Amino acid sequence: MGGLTPSRARRGVLPGFGLSTGFTIFYLGLVVLLPLSAVALKASELTLAQAWDIVTSPRALASYRISFGAAAIGAAINTVFGVLVAWVLARYRFPGRSLVDAVVDLPFALPTAVSGIALLAVYARTGWIGQWLEPLGVKSAFSPLGVVIALTFIGLPFVVRTVQPVLEDAEVEVEEAAAVLGASRWQTFLRVILPTLVPPALTGFALAFARALGEYGSVVFISGNLPLRTEITPLLIMTKLEQYDYAGATAIATVMLVASFALLFSINGLQAWTRRRVGIAA
Amino acid sequence: MSVRAEELERLEPAAAADPVPGFRRAHEDPPWVRRLLIGVALVFLTGFLLLPAAAVLWEALRGGVEVWLAAITQPDAWAAVKLTLLVAAIAVPLNTLFGVAAAWSLTRFRFRGQNLLLTLIDLPFGVSPVIAGMCTVLLFGGQGLFGPWLQEHGVRIVFAVPGIVLATVFVTFPFVARELIPFMQQQGKEEEEAALVMGASGWQILSRVTVPNVRWSLLYGVILCNARAMGEFGAVSVVSGHIRGLTNTLPLHVEVLYNEYAFRAAFASASLLFLLALLTLVAKKLMEWQQLRARTAWERAK
Repeated sequence: MGGLTPSRARRGVLPGFGLSTGFTIFYLGLVVLLPLSAVALKASELTLAQAWDIVTSPRALASYRISFGAAAIGAAINTVFGVLVAWVLARYRFPGRSLVDAVVDLPFALPTAVSGIALLAVYARTGWIGQWLEPLGVKSAFSPLGVVIALTFIGLPFVVRTVQPVLEDAEVEVEEAAAVLGASRWQTFLRVILPTLVPPALTGFALAFARALGEYGSVVFISGNLPLRTEITPLLIMTKLEQYDYAGATAIATVMLVASFALLFSINGLQAWTRRRVGIAA
Repeated sequence: MSVRAEELERLEPAAAADPVPGFRRAHEDPPWVRRLLIGVALVFLTGFLLLPAAAVLWEALRGGVEVWLAAITQPDAWAAVKLTLLVAAIAVPLNTLFGVAAAWSLTRFRFRGQNLLLTLIDLPFGVSPVIAGMCTVLLFGGQGLFGPWLQEHGVRIVFAVPGIVLATVFVTFPFVARELIPFMQQQGKEEEEAALVMGASGWQILSRVTVPNVRWSLLYGVILCNARAMGEFGAVSVVSGHIRGLTNTLPLHVEVLYNEYAFRAAFASASLLFLLALLTLVAKKLMEWQQLRARTAWERAK
């Protein structure tokens, strides 16, 4: 066996570096980077002026408004209730807790088309909840509210699952110290606990927002898909593809991709911040 | 799940119980706060999770078991089930192989560009499924990059099964890697290095040390990957062409039936996918119990 060269020692002594790294990069390139570069290639067929006209057409602008708006509202709802659910699951013992803990992941596991028709069954005019909202003048399906409902459903697990481990690993001694020093329970929550929850809650918000932004399956059933009113951007892309308007679809997809990748990078930054702040992997 | 709290209950049952009735520790909330928060959480989860889940089962079985059985044994439904299984059977092993390779490379070695590689693996999570499907069309469709060449050679990818597989592989790409990398990072590489010192070859280390050590997290990654592969809708919808009995996966079949107002049949097919989701959740719970058991056993041994 040959001696270790300095560079090999720094990299690690286990075998298989070349094979595993080589395969990882090759497969990543083939499956992810090549298809994504096809978008850039197709988009470059348009002149800048053409592309600008497509991505700023009234229909496209309306679709960004509904997609970004509804995704942000859904993620905000999930942040508030997600922290609450994480608190309840991490701190309290009650009958059925384990079951509740398990169903939180349902939106991850349930195929989006099933989520779509299930939400419609509940929130349509004749649905289980929809029939009670209708007399109040609230139209929950085939309206922007329907989009918000679907995107809230789809993003529900993210905040819970980023905040919950932080709460479980938190030292209760810190809270006891606060109490000993004379803080009320509410003060302890606001000044001691809440600050540690900000980074994971923000991470969860960004994850839920990113997921909701690209969501298609669960939304198309409940939104009614009215151009300018309830048409989300992924659906607009789909419509353009069905009309064989590939250049148009690509231009709008590029806008979405830029937004999603910016989000992805900020999520990575947020997760690093969480790790530094609370010292665990979120 | 609260691994820590349950561990505490197991190790120190006396400490978990109330020492004095009515006594409240400094880190506990007043009973009315507890009840209020639990109540709000349950109402929220009922409206968003339990009712939709119940609705699928109710709508699927409302016409009786015979109607349900008839709907899922229909030839088109059956063809959709078979196609869904086929697509998952190709996509999941490929991405599992990738996940293991990527985790080995990124957690067992240090090299430049590691963080970039890690971020790139996450990219498919940031891509809308519709755009994922569109990429496949842009590459292999009639007007696509390789379209003319494929047409000359009589190979059909878009609006056929290969396109569905490619789109699914893209969408489910990060799942296994994403599950394995943090876990293997946390485990460290001491055991593998010890095996190396004792003369094990690379494959022996992988198959006898690494894989047994990470088996639960690997299995969970595979299960998540599989759930997404079988349930993918948007990406597959773009490339499938919706040819009944040929290129309809189960989620697409649900949509086709629903749009034809065949609600009973749509919900019957949806209930199969719902079952898949339930199995996924159960598998996750089992895995957490396994990890908890391993951890408590380890604590005791210490």
